[in-house]
Amino acid sequence: MELIWQGVVQAVKLLLAGDPEVMRITLLTLKVSGSATLISLCLGIPCGALLALTRFPGRKFVISLVNTGMGLPPVVVGLWVSILLWRYGPLGFFHLMYTPAAMVIAQSVIATPIITGISVAAFQQVDGKLKMQIMALGASRWQTVLLLVREVRLPLLAAVMAGFGGVISEIGASMMVGGNVLGRTRVLTTATVMEVSKGNFDVAIALSIILMVLAYGVTLVFTLLQQRGARL
Amino acid sequence: MFKNTRLWAIMLIVAMLGMIFAGCAKTTEKPPLEPKQEQQSQQPKEKKPANKEVILATTTSTVDSGLLDVLKPEFEKETGYNLTVVSVGSGAAIKMAEKGEADALLVHSPKDEERIVDAGIVIGRQLVMHNDFVIIGPPNDPAGIKGKPSVEAFKLIARKKCLFLSRGDESGTHKKELSIWKQAGITPAGAWYQQTGTGMGQTIGVAAEKNGYTLSDRATYLAQKKNNGLQILSEGDKALLNIYHVMQVNPKKFSKVNAEGGKAFVDFMLSEKTQALIKNFGVDKFGQPLFVPDAGKKEEQLGR
Repeated sequence: MELIWQGVVQAVKLLLAGDPEVMRITLLTLKVSGSATLISLCLGIPCGALLALTRFPGRKFVISLVNTGMGLPPVVVGLWVSILLWRYGPLGFFHLMYTPAAMVIAQSVIATPIITGISVAAFQQVDGKLKMQIMALGASRWQTVLLLVREVRLPLLAAVMAGFGGVISEIGASMMVGGNVLGRTRVLTTATVMEVSKGNFDVAIALSIILMVLAYGVTLVFTLLQQRGARL
Repeated sequence: MFKNTRLWAIMLIVAMLGMIFAGCAKTTEKPPLEPKQEQQSQQPKEKKPANKEVILATTTSTVDSGLLDVLKPEFEKETGYNLTVVSVGSGAAIKMAEKGEADALLVHSPKDEERIVDAGIVIGRQLVMHNDFVIIGPPNDPAGIKGKPSVEAFKLIARKKCLFLSRGDESGTHKKELSIWKQAGITPAGAWYQQTGTGMGQTIGVAAEKNGYTLSDRATYLAQKKNNGLQILSEGDKALLNIYHVMQVNPKKFSKVNAEGGKAFVDFMLSEKTQALIKNFGVDKFGQPLFVPDAGKKEEQLGR
């Protein structure tokens, strides 16, 4: 019980004192996971729309793959991305291993199927008649898609939150491709694991609290946005 | 109302884009391309290395004890390199070297090290420091190993089938443990012998939780001591010495290895200043040093 209390006190101290290391770690966490979420959005929503609104042979198979990918284990992603990015790996010449960019790649791989999967479901929920009506009013294909995106913005926001939540709390892949390098690729999750293995449970608890506050803060913004939209 | 939402959405997207650019600004400062073969002809000028990225593969103990938190900034300040410390077991660290994925190694698994030296995978292997392993267990010591030498202690634990936690991760500590079992003439197996498959800190945690015995390096044990009730029950014999060597990965074998950086790290570890840092590390926190600096000594000279 005392340990938990110490952790809470430590968290408040670290936050209030503006400990530069903790600030940097927190900011990097936000940057890496934010970038990964944004990339996944750019990939996932169009893919989701395409899978939901078009018909082609093998479509159900692709959707089943996407749905499996929603539960893609981060360690698997970490392992494969490392193998690709290692010096002597096929993409080694980019020198990305143990950089934040590598973490963004790995996290994008994790979040994209989540966002795609939810997008597919969202677009399929739209009443088919609406699509017909939009087209009947003379909208171009592009306008149709934009109108449909507006129609499904609430479930899409859920997709964003699920994707962001998935990557910000992820540890296996970040550890493997980022290497938990002090000052460069250390994020809240990897720092927490390290402090636990060092036996500094109070610091670990503090970091975990900061992570939760951060995740909550970002999700809150999206939730407000989503619920504001729902009132329309 | 709707306009308002859109405004929000646009602001959010702008903010996220800003974040990406901020992220990119940092991430695009890629390490400069590999230096060509020019490095042999000219010594690098101080603070201006051609390839700044140095990857050190090391054991969990050097990181979990906090030693590298002290040494890394010193090294970077002194030489201008960026050090990436990848902390894995000694086995995995050696495998990284074998694939040319690291520039320098700081490990404690002498037999494997000799093997990769002979294979020409690493060069410049030097004794850098030692500490020792200790057998720790519950204070009531159900196997009665207190004060016994290590081999004797392992025999007692096996005979009484007391719980023993092995790291089981091919680390230097795991290798040391296996060599002691071998000396004791025992093949550990059965419900009393469990492998955690994790680092030292975690394994000590499991041992403490389950009232089991385990073999730990002294540094990690002392760092973890405040969290558990385990005690040192056997220590001090020569079989328990934990010897660390530093070495660089052979640039002749792997063209992508940062030759200068690897060498710089080896030199740094052996320098008088670093050896003094190692000597004093942990005194303020644990009341005793965690490592004994050994630069320039021979392996046979170690032990009490």
